[in-house]
Amino acid sequence: MTRVSTAARDGGYTFAYLDEQTKRMVRRAILKAVAIPGYQVPFASREMPLPFGWGTGGIQVTASIIGRDDTLKVIDQGADDTVNAVSIRAFFARTAGVPTTTRTQDATIIQTRHRIPETPLRAGQILVYQVPIPEPLRWLEPREAETRRMHALQEYGVMHVRLYEDIARYGHIATSYDYPVRVNGRYLMRPSPIPKFDNPKMDRSPALQLFGAGREKRIYAVPPHTGVRSLDFDDHPFEVQKWDQACALCGSTASFLDEIVTDNQGGRMFVCSDTDHCETRVRAGHVESAAGGRDPGGP
Amino acid sequence: MPGPGGALDLRPGFGDPVADSQSVFRAVLAAMSEPGTVRTVAVEMDAPAPLHPATAAVCLALMDFETPVWLDAAACTGAVRTWLRFHCGCPLVADPAAARFAVAADPVTLPRLDCFSVGSEAYPDEGATLVLQVGSLDGGMPVTLSGPGIPGEHGFGPEDVTRDFWLQRRAFEDLFPQGLDLVFTSGVGLAALPRSTLGRW
Ligand SMILES: [Zn+2]
Repeated sequence: MTRVSTAARDGGYTFAYLDEQTKRMVRRAILKAVAIPGYQVPFASREMPLPFGWGTGGIQVTASIIGRDDTLKVIDQGADDTVNAVSIRAFFARTAGVPTTTRTQDATIIQTRHRIPETPLRAGQILVYQVPIPEPLRWLEPREAETRRMHALQEYGVMHVRLYEDIARYGHIATSYDYPVRVNGRYLMRPSPIPKFDNPKMDRSPALQLFGAGREKRIYAVPPHTGVRSLDFDDHPFEVQKWDQACALCGSTASFLDEIVTDNQGGRMFVCSDTDHCETRVRAGHVESAAGGRDPGGP
Repeated sequence: MPGPGGALDLRPGFGDPVADSQSVFRAVLAAMSEPGTVRTVAVEMDAPAPLHPATAAVCLALMDFETPVWLDAAACTGAVRTWLRFHCGCPLVADPAAARFAVAADPVTLPRLDCFSVGSEAYPDEGATLVLQVGSLDGGMPVTLSGPGIPGEHGFGPEDVTRDFWLQRRAFEDLFPQGLDLVFTSGVGLAALPRSTLGRW
């Protein structure tokens, strides 16, 4: 498959679509977000030619940071080839004329919805998350003035109570996506709906992590080499998802797996959610035997 | 604007405003993300005296009508004021507490840090950014930095920064998340110290 694609910019658009004044405003918000790790900076979100739910916050962040020297990768649930990822990649190829790639290690900017790549990120890379709901306390306290006060005073006990209610009810913490974290021992932060499997990748990553929420008009950040700790309890330490089987395509036992149905007889298999990671492993010769990852369950 | 003698004392802005703004912003973003590391502003600048190229580039990339700017006495020349008003359209304010950005061409004479806005408890992002132009980004009092963006520790010692300045800034660490973010500039180089960085010596 194509690893790097180049595109000619459509001169009918401003570079990366946004006007310069909007970019400056977003850039100032990004700098303050980096200076106050995990704190949600308000910004004047603009209308974008893609609907909300398509990551308009992440798109505005990417549009404000991207330049001619960048190479962009866009993933949706780990895959480069979904409609959402393809549309966003095409949007930047057209409006910014930047090269795009599916290879994690070749990208300077990776915009993501719901996953962190399996390939470890490196210094100089920027990961841009699309965020639907930025406020971790929102379901516990609907009033914005009140959540701002709670952040100011680090009144985060309610979140621990909520997680502990899981333990009381299910015997474990049932929250498995958008699992809350503390950034640098200070701000409580929503990592966006990534699986908690990805939370440890945020901790002291050498890459810069930026989060954009378009509808909610918030930008926040985790600088490189910054501590990100998932909330837990002494008697219930944080744990990530585990699978009994390996990826049916590449044999990986260390990546996040999606269960997919393979036929209408109920056949199913588990494969890497990160398509670039899986394809890279298959190309490198890590091919699982056809029976290896197959789940014989079903009628 | 034409001066009294009819001469136009207005230096140009960016040669390629879109690409130059982006490239300078990324230098500042990288500097703010990895405190104390030196980045280079890779754009052509014919800056108004006494601004260095990096100082002028940071102004053009980040300031506009939404950001009141305070200038120290050294930076407050007619050429700089005219240039900022023309290219950035930013309001120039005499009260440092009203500024979102402060530009100091002679940081040795900087007013006390508590003259500047540190933002509020609910909105600490409203704290000011200080652009401090120094003779050199090293060779001054050595300070050991730690915190977000720094694996372990990092040494930093810009010239023209007094021990009293570092003492004041250290006291500000307790205000976090309120605080001031600093961008040091010299020649075409810049380095940053966000409020989250701890400085010891
Ligand atoms: Zn795989």
